[in-house]
Amino acid sequence: MDSHVDLNERLALKGVSRRDFMKFCGLMATVLGLPMSFAPRIAEALEKKRPTVVWMHFAECTGCTESFIRSTYPWAADIILDVIDLAYHETIMVAAGDQAEEILEKTVKDQKGKYICIAEGAIPTKDNGVHGKVHGKTFLEIANHVCKNAAATICVGACAGDGGVQAAKPNPTGAKSVAEVTGLKTVNVAGCPPNADNMVATIVHYLLLGKLPALDDKGRPLFAYGYLIHDNCPRRGHFENKEFVKQFGDEGAAKNWCLYEVGCAGPETYNNCPIILWNQGTNWPIGAGHPCIGCSEPGFWDKMAPFYVQK
Amino acid sequence: MARVVVDPIPRIEGHLRIEVEIENGKVKDAWSTGTLFRGLEIILQGRDPRDAHLLTQRSCGVCTLVHSLASVRAVEDALKIKIPPNARIIRNLTHAAQNMHDHTVHFYQLCALDWVDIVSALSADAGKTADLSASVSGRPQPKAYYEGLKSKLKAFVDSGQLGPFANAYWGHPAYKLPAEANLMAVGHYLDNLRQQVHAAQMTAIWGAKNPHLQGHLPGGVTVIGQLNADRISQYLFMLKEQIAFIEEVYIPDLLAVAGFYKDWATIGGNKNFLAYGDFPQSDKEPESFYFPRGIIMDGQLKSLPVDPAKVTEDVTRAWYENGAPLNPTVGVTKPLEGDALKGAVPDTTSKDGKYSWMKAPRYDGKVMEVGPLAQCLVSYVGGNKEIKETTDMVMKKLGIGPEALMSTLGRIGARGIKCLVNAKIAEKWTMELIENVKKGDTRTFTDYKLDETVNGQGAGLNDVARGSLGHWINIEKGKIKNYQQVVPSTWNLGPADSKGQKSAIENALIGTPVADPKKPLEILRTVHSFDPCIACAVHVIDPKTNEIYKFRVS
Repeated sequence: MDSHVDLNERLALKGVSRRDFMKFCGLMATVLGLPMSFAPRIAEALEKKRPTVVWMHFAECTGCTESFIRSTYPWAADIILDVIDLAYHETIMVAAGDQAEEILEKTVKDQKGKYICIAEGAIPTKDNGVHGKVHGKTFLEIANHVCKNAAATICVGACAGDGGVQAAKPNPTGAKSVAEVTGLKTVNVAGCPPNADNMVATIVHYLLLGKLPALDDKGRPLFAYGYLIHDNCPRRGHFENKEFVKQFGDEGAAKNWCLYEVGCAGPETYNNCPIILWNQGTNWPIGAGHPCIGCSEPGFWDKMAPFYVQK
Repeated sequence: MARVVVDPIPRIEGHLRIEVEIENGKVKDAWSTGTLFRGLEIILQGRDPRDAHLLTQRSCGVCTLVHSLASVRAVEDALKIKIPPNARIIRNLTHAAQNMHDHTVHFYQLCALDWVDIVSALSADAGKTADLSASVSGRPQPKAYYEGLKSKLKAFVDSGQLGPFANAYWGHPAYKLPAEANLMAVGHYLDNLRQQVHAAQMTAIWGAKNPHLQGHLPGGVTVIGQLNADRISQYLFMLKEQIAFIEEVYIPDLLAVAGFYKDWATIGGNKNFLAYGDFPQSDKEPESFYFPRGIIMDGQLKSLPVDPAKVTEDVTRAWYENGAPLNPTVGVTKPLEGDALKGAVPDTTSKDGKYSWMKAPRYDGKVMEVGPLAQCLVSYVGGNKEIKETTDMVMKKLGIGPEALMSTLGRIGARGIKCLVNAKIAEKWTMELIENVKKGDTRTFTDYKLDETVNGQGAGLNDVARGSLGHWINIEKGKIKNYQQVVPSTWNLGPADSKGQKSAIENALIGTPVADPKKPLEILRTVHSFDPCIACAVHVIDPKTNEIYKFRVS
């Protein structure tokens, strides 16, 4: 069946108009730092390809998946049902037990080297990885099998990217990143969780240009993580004027002054939060008067803590 | 006799394995296994108590926020901090929005497809579906809409790329809805995906972002510069949208679907219920809780008082070092290591065999079910007028009595009832916030001392989307000495205990009819009715050898 003919119909099924779809492509072009003239090319790429994606859950909290389904332009359902062929995802899929496992095995076998693996969660390694299993196999075995046979592995979130919260000291389960246990070079869409727009943009980049986006030395896409929070913070002026919140709830807090002295990690953290904001532009941590905790920096649970003390 | 293992259980948070023994077409015995251990309680030791809420929130990204709430309350209890009224209201508004998100997503995305057959919707008559929606739904759609939906659905199915809908139990004899009801439900399944985005936005108004909010901290909330008319009205108008969806779509769908599955009002029940209660309306806790605290024992509709000292955790059947059941104030988390762990393979056959990473919480030594059903029952007899009225309305429409609530169907229905009542009362609380700001009271934080001279012990007991959630903290010299989380899903989904008492889900599964052991749809129904969410429960999985790869039929 001609998927080109189908896309608009499939989007329409979800109530997404052609206009909404083009708006999404425009947004993606912006997030990726591409000129707006790329929007039609993004649309074309999406219409012609529906690559198979398997989304693996390891040691994690599902916050990255939850963040992903907050995506709009188009809505997460449209990405899942129309842009990609999401063959395996434990939180969303209807199939259970054996039937679920069968899909995964078939994908790895039949589409070896062609499917995209999205990894959410860290890999426990202590005691041969017994602290995390699905279908009787350890995450360690699953990662080596499913990630290594993929065309590319995109890690979403701090856990898959650097071990995350369970790898914080003393790391009771020996949790490690997907790259560490598989030896693969992975894309790390960093954050705890990452912003939905950055996850979607990474996938779109791959579909559009047929290669992974430019990365920094920590594997993070530069289009999203090439910006220091501090440099783009709307409260930067108060930092320069030495106008600081001294304690939560004080006069400075009421005036939206700089949170540096109550622990803000913005000067050490690379992310585009102040530029694209969260939840359809509703807010972001510093906007709500809370210091940045540096969640897109590897090892932030130890490196940035204690969180409410000046760095 | 057949042994059936379902692993993974999809459409839940976390990694869950369910094993059942089937005899004469019914579940005779059941074992629930959490298959992941993350060790957050160990990681918390020695850290700044104020950081605990950020770390524990990562227990779960689905019920995001609630662990932050339990944690800041535990620290405030330990340090004797009283938060300002605005902080209390803002926390309640954020928590209420989280419930609206969580309960609707659970119904449509996680549980509906156990009852709604998408493939059957293909044979629906569009005109009759329009008639059905006009008679039962608050948002009726015309024939043309259903014609469009059906043809698009057909195109999707015909494409052969079924994505997340592949390999499911479509056509199973336990699906009872007429094709038209299935088609209507598919439309609302898609509508919910949009509505949930807005519910999450509501939490971001006060908590910066969702998932994993950054707006709480011990002492109150950080929002103060944004405590203004613009932000309050944004919340209020989005709240009205949510109430409309719940009233016009969610509740009518619940009633319509339940009408075809009334036999499930006699399947999957428990008799003991615990609700910590939540939503303080003054600084008197738990007296001022909107949803009251209480216990229901032996199915008797009478609310008994809760004594948190009677909460213990048993590890006899879990992969931890054995010891007497302990109260969380002195609880320990010592996972087995190396050879003692025996590969963390669930041992469901030998006496006292270990089979889960979840501990087994008990109240006064007894198994308790927690969750919206428990909160609904305790509120029903505990003086919450709105819960009583809404529950009576639902029971009247379905022609059932209160005893029918203690079932798989009742568990799903109670979630909707609580969601509606919680959403409506949030409007009143928003008005209270407006009054405070009008009077010039914008305080959202209470200052306190925390240094190496500070010691204290406290608990944060909440009743959140999935039930009774408790955090216990012991602070010594200004640092966390010990931290224990006893979470809803360990109450419901934990293993058996030293006395052989099965957990709430294991009890509920016993007696469930299973038409085809190779397609255990009925098991998923009862499992999903608990809304399992077990990243916080410390999970893992695995049967002996490679047999777990199959439904084992022996």
